Amino acid sequence: MSVIYILWLRELKRYFRSRAQIVASLGQPLLYLLALGFGLGPVFRKAGNGSYLQFVAPGVIGMTVLFSSVFSGIGLLWDRQFGFLKETLVAPVPRNRIMLGKALGGATVAVLQGLLVVVACLLVGFRPGSFAAIPSTLLFMALIATVFASLGIAIGSKLENMQGFQLIMNFLVMPIFFLSGALFPLTNLPKAMVLVTGADPMSYGIDGLRGALIGISHFGAPTDILVLCGFGFALVAVGSYFFSKIQL
Amino acid sequence: MIKVENLVKKFGEFTAVNSISFDVHQGEIFAFLGPNGAGKTTTIKMLTTLLKPSSGRIEVDGLDPAVKQNEVRQRFGIVFQDPSLDGELTAQENMELHGVLYHVPRKIRMERTEILLKTFELWERRKELVKLFSGGMKRRLEIARGFLHTPKILFLDEPTLGLDPQSRNQLWTQVKQLNQSEGVTVFLTTHYMDEADRVAQRIAVIDHGRIVAQGSSQQLKEQTNTTSLEEAFLALTGTSIRDEKATSADQMRQMAQMWRGNKR
Repeated sequence: MSVIYILWLRELKRYFRSRAQIVASLGQPLLYLLALGFGLGPVFRKAGNGSYLQFVAPGVIGMTVLFSSVFSGIGLLWDRQFGFLKETLVAPVPRNRIMLGKALGGATVAVLQGLLVVVACLLVGFRPGSFAAIPSTLLFMALIATVFASLGIAIGSKLENMQGFQLIMNFLVMPIFFLSGALFPLTNLPKAMVLVTGADPMSYGIDGLRGALIGISHFGAPTDILVLCGFGFALVAVGSYFFSKIQL
Repeated sequence: MIKVENLVKKFGEFTAVNSISFDVHQGEIFAFLGPNGAGKTTTIKMLTTLLKPSSGRIEVDGLDPAVKQNEVRQRFGIVFQDPSLDGELTAQENMELHGVLYHVPRKIRMERTEILLKTFELWERRKELVKLFSGGMKRRLEIARGFLHTPKILFLDEPTLGLDPQSRNQLWTQVKQLNQSEGVTVFLTTHYMDEADRVAQRIAVIDHGRIVAQGSSQQLKEQTNTTSLEEAFLALTGTSIRDEKATSADQMRQMAQMWRGNKR
């Protein structure tokens, strides 16, 4: 336990010490929120779908958690680059505990980052349904964070240098985001899109968040939770496996 | 303390370590020398559970590192060729993290952290972020950290690379001191022959994956009819330069250096 705890703590300390990074990582969500929220707002309203800001805010919150958690996992590459990875890999502890400490730490950081964006959303005029939304919002943020921190670690264990990073970004992380329904409703989509969005775990995370925050859900909360938990267990297992296979 | 018999490591067709045998005795300082690409680091990786041998036998304190991984890991400390500290943490936090990873009880952890940081003259700076440390300070911290869990063996893989003569001198004085006070066996590699000559009781020279000589510095000089260990080393391994292909580890090292602003 203490091993998981100390590695979790390490991630948090690193997060709180990089204030510039905290501020910088707010830039992108704010841009999405403002440019899309207000830019697409009129069209969205004309189509009879109500306020786009209300609609997109849960998507942007989810996006923040997604990016932040994937990056924390891929941050393994950083540990490799700056050598700290070796320190953990020769320690007399099972690798899966190291992986778990790192995943939980990264997930916690991602949730904190998500909460900052929640506040930003409130500031620009987003209004969630009720305060009762808080626990379920946190639950979905935590689930998204765990799923994608583990995915990040699985990827980070396989990448040996920075070149692969762009590839992962453009062909995995961005599609996961854009095909999740974060920016558009999942109703009335072409057949192919239904299949793709249905296979994207992030769709269920965004859907859960939207359900919690503004009461609109496509799949329903039980399905969302079930699917996310399923992906969560699978990816923690895959992440641990790849992590345990790292050779220096 | 360490027993190696007919150890072989092959990477595909390439034989990095070709049937080497040697013993390291309890409490001694043992230097493992060789040109770049001779097989030093590969051997250390096998001794420290990071690589599995292709064939041959290893015993570290009576245990096989390939089988009893965690038991062996608990018994050694290691300072890698590249730094392995967390720069975003303070010196004390790095020690703390190491102590937890090695199951050192809290009270002992605190006591030993204080003793070791004082020995390595870092106690005053314990609350500073490691990324602000000089190269020499980082190295000292890494060695202090390696001693924290009272290992029986300390592996030092080129610990003085890139340090100025003052730092090197101080570092070896401290290592020798701990070698005597704690009875730690030290297994080191270095490219500085004067260091090996000064601190090591016994030396093995490896080249092209084979051990070409072993014994005390005196014996190696006599064996090659030379007057310094440097000459003996060149006589044993030849004067041609070994150009290695850059591996992804080398590329990372370069990039990391760029990011760090080449402070090391």
